[in-house]
Amino acid sequence: MREPVDGGPVTNRLTVGEAQGVWKAFGETQALRDVSLDIRAGECHALVGRNGAGKSTLVAILTGLVRPDRGSVTLGTEATPSLADRASWQRLVACVYQKSMVVPSLTVAENVMLNRSIGNDHGIINWRAVRSRARQVMLDWGFDLDVNRLAQDLSVEQRQVVEIARALSVGARFLILDEPTASLEKAAIERLFERIRRLKASGVGILYISHHLEEIYEVCERVTVLRDGARVLSETVSEIKQEDLVEAMVGAAPQRVTEIAAPAQKNESERPRLVISHLHVPTTLGPVEDVSFAISPGECVGLVGLRGSGTATVADAIVGLVKLTSGEMLLDGKRLSGGNVNGTLRQGIAYVPEDRHARGFIPYLGVGENLTLCILDRLSNWGLVSHSRHDRVAADLVDQLSIVSSGLSQQVGQLSGGNQQKVVVGRALARKPVVLIAVTPTVGVDVASKELLLNVIAEAREGGTAVLLVSDDLEDLRICTRLLIMVKGKLVKEYAQQPWSRHEVIAAIEGLAPTGNGTTKEKRDE
Amino acid sequence: MSKSTVERPVDQPGETFGGTLKRHSQHIIANWLRELALIPVIILLLIIGAFVNSSFLTVTNLLNVAQESAALGLVVVAETLILLTGKFDLSLQSTYGLAPMVGAFLIVSKEGQGLGTQWNPFVGIAIVLLVGLIVGTINGFLVIKLGFNAFILTLAMLILLAGIQVGIVSGRTIYFLPDAFTYLGAQSLLGVPVSVWVTGLIFLLAALFLRYHRVGRAIYAIGGNREAARAAGIHVDRICIGIFMVASVLAALAGLMTAGQVVAVTASQGNNLIFTVFAAAVIGGISLDGGRGRMVGALTGVILLALVTNILILSQIQTFWIDAATGLIILIALGLARVIGTNRA
Repeated sequence: MREPVDGGPVTNRLTVGEAQGVWKAFGETQALRDVSLDIRAGECHALVGRNGAGKSTLVAILTGLVRPDRGSVTLGTEATPSLADRASWQRLVACVYQKSMVVPSLTVAENVMLNRSIGNDHGIINWRAVRSRARQVMLDWGFDLDVNRLAQDLSVEQRQVVEIARALSVGARFLILDEPTASLEKAAIERLFERIRRLKASGVGILYISHHLEEIYEVCERVTVLRDGARVLSETVSEIKQEDLVEAMVGAAPQRVTEIAAPAQKNESERPRLVISHLHVPTTLGPVEDVSFAISPGECVGLVGLRGSGTATVADAIVGLVKLTSGEMLLDGKRLSGGNVNGTLRQGIAYVPEDRHARGFIPYLGVGENLTLCILDRLSNWGLVSHSRHDRVAADLVDQLSIVSSGLSQQVGQLSGGNQQKVVVGRALARKPVVLIAVTPTVGVDVASKELLLNVIAEAREGGTAVLLVSDDLEDLRICTRLLIMVKGKLVKEYAQQPWSRHEVIAAIEGLAPTGNGTTKEKRDE
Repeated sequence: MSKSTVERPVDQPGETFGGTLKRHSQHIIANWLRELALIPVIILLLIIGAFVNSSFLTVTNLLNVAQESAALGLVVVAETLILLTGKFDLSLQSTYGLAPMVGAFLIVSKEGQGLGTQWNPFVGIAIVLLVGLIVGTINGFLVIKLGFNAFILTLAMLILLAGIQVGIVSGRTIYFLPDAFTYLGAQSLLGVPVSVWVTGLIFLLAALFLRYHRVGRAIYAIGGNREAARAAGIHVDRICIGIFMVASVLAALAGLMTAGQVVAVTASQGNNLIFTVFAAAVIGGISLDGGRGRMVGALTGVILLALVTNILILSQIQTFWIDAATGLIILIALGLARVIGTNRA
């Protein structure tokens, strides 16, 4: 047997990482309250929780990027180094983030051995040694990857291997995998699990963060659930049922989603306004596989899924921001020209984009101008914008949405987040669209604005607009008349009418097998 | 060779020796394609030059070309280092003019338009390099630590420094430079100008440094993925500021070279130089986004531009059209470099 590089695989059952009674607050928000967690050598410990539960903060504390307000962190047998001593942290714990930390213009070998001199202390690099050490790391851990390839030529999966190899070659025996399967295909996920099992057998301790609960049952031994910054559960995976896991994530009270208008399923006979059939989008843009659905006038369909499940991509595809591989989209029986945003918007589809800063509004223009940006053609004669009409329309919208500003000319960039979002929604509604596509319209806004935005969208629906609401916020879904659940690019479930069970919806979003029937009907496999 | 088959990329069929060798040579060819893309163009230029004027392909002429572009080459090395980290420095051209101006102004006699301190010329040379160091430190600190946009900040520095250069001598030219001051630009060693030796040596050192030194590799990591470099424990800010300083010192040295060649420092030394510098670097395959390109490429860029200028002059094309012709040829070279380089990017 070869000499293992930098320690190689070792087996012991020690604790590789531990947090004890950790507290952390960011300003007003208490991100973590008294959280304890330990990861043993040779085990895979799952960390789950809804968005904002405190997972990222805990990871930042465990990797030494953030100092806890109270409580302590122990890595292996050593006391934790000071935050400035990055090199020591790296020897003890490594995190593979969702965002790639590979330098594309360098080779695999160099990425693995990044910033470590090999040879003498003068910083001169011995290329032969770099390559052979990297190759040795790959061999020791059973990764098969040519170390001479450039990182930019690698697949997402192979880049992940490079990052894991880098972490292990430094000597870290505590590995944090942050949603490692989010951008992998099925076969690649299987190979990742195989690697995880091999790492466990070699005595590496893994903290595994994922939204997909079924993965946890496959590779993890223990699971810890965070909710609102507190640990609500820590259990052996084999001894906990999926329902209990979901319940721990959502909260104990099994409340139903409260419905305001309890919108009836009307216009059943009417022809659907928007028909999407067999939509496919390439994996690189966020996978969408064979998605079909229809929306009738006066309907509000909630398209629900985790980030990366393809829900936002479907919305982008309908608006024309994303090119389809295949599939057909019909608006009132007419084909929508995919990949042409302008054309789509002119046909009466309005869009509230996911990232309002990037695509939503123009920060240096006034409230009035932003609101009327899409309807200037209607407000002008022979190309000259009528100011009185412009102001009237804008003032009406400001009124309808209760936008708080010092006047129509105040720059939108100066408004609060909630009011900015109101401007974005107001602009979309200004055209009186036949179809409204809204992607996470209430993200990052305060409770009052949220209420108002949802009511405005609900009103538009009652006025006959067909609404597609993409969101993973259960609050948003109360205005929906129907829910479609997406997991990993596929439609998996449909909830035909309110009320639906909060638990069931969440379980479906997380990709779990159905736990009950109720109002549920299984989406046929087309 | 490998004991497991977790994954086996399709382009790696067997682990036979021949296969490995072939794959290895493919890597080498692929990695160098961008850098060596200009070699055929340079050969073509040599042939064209020989037809245009019989005195082109002579040792005297080629040495002249080398001497005239030695200073440019040094500034290209400097700019390349900064570009590789993903930053910019437009003010190198003003450092190239101001540094020798300050040095010469302090030591040259009154009748040579200097202050007449009669200091040792080596003090003057030290001052030249010191000015470079100071300018580089200011640029690096403002861009990296305070987060100014590199383009705008160094543009402002370019104007400011050029203004100082004109201001301290009221637009006059400094003559009567001491011998030690002009040695670098005016003398020859073993039949080759000292400036060519120096620039060649610095190109070589820079190339070796980028390839074989830890900091050199860190520069590629920083330019390729800043966050990843930071996560790997590389002192990103420290290295970037250091590169700004080194680059400005190199630019000052280049300015000293030019001063020696023309045996004077003019108030306009360095004007418009930066455009040629960027052209040479980009033609040579240095990416403006950082992290990609090699010194060898930058060198071929410099050689190509120098040959083109020389051929245009020898071809007795009307002087007023030389700029237009140079611009056109840069465009063509860029297009060529892109066509050849795309299968990598």
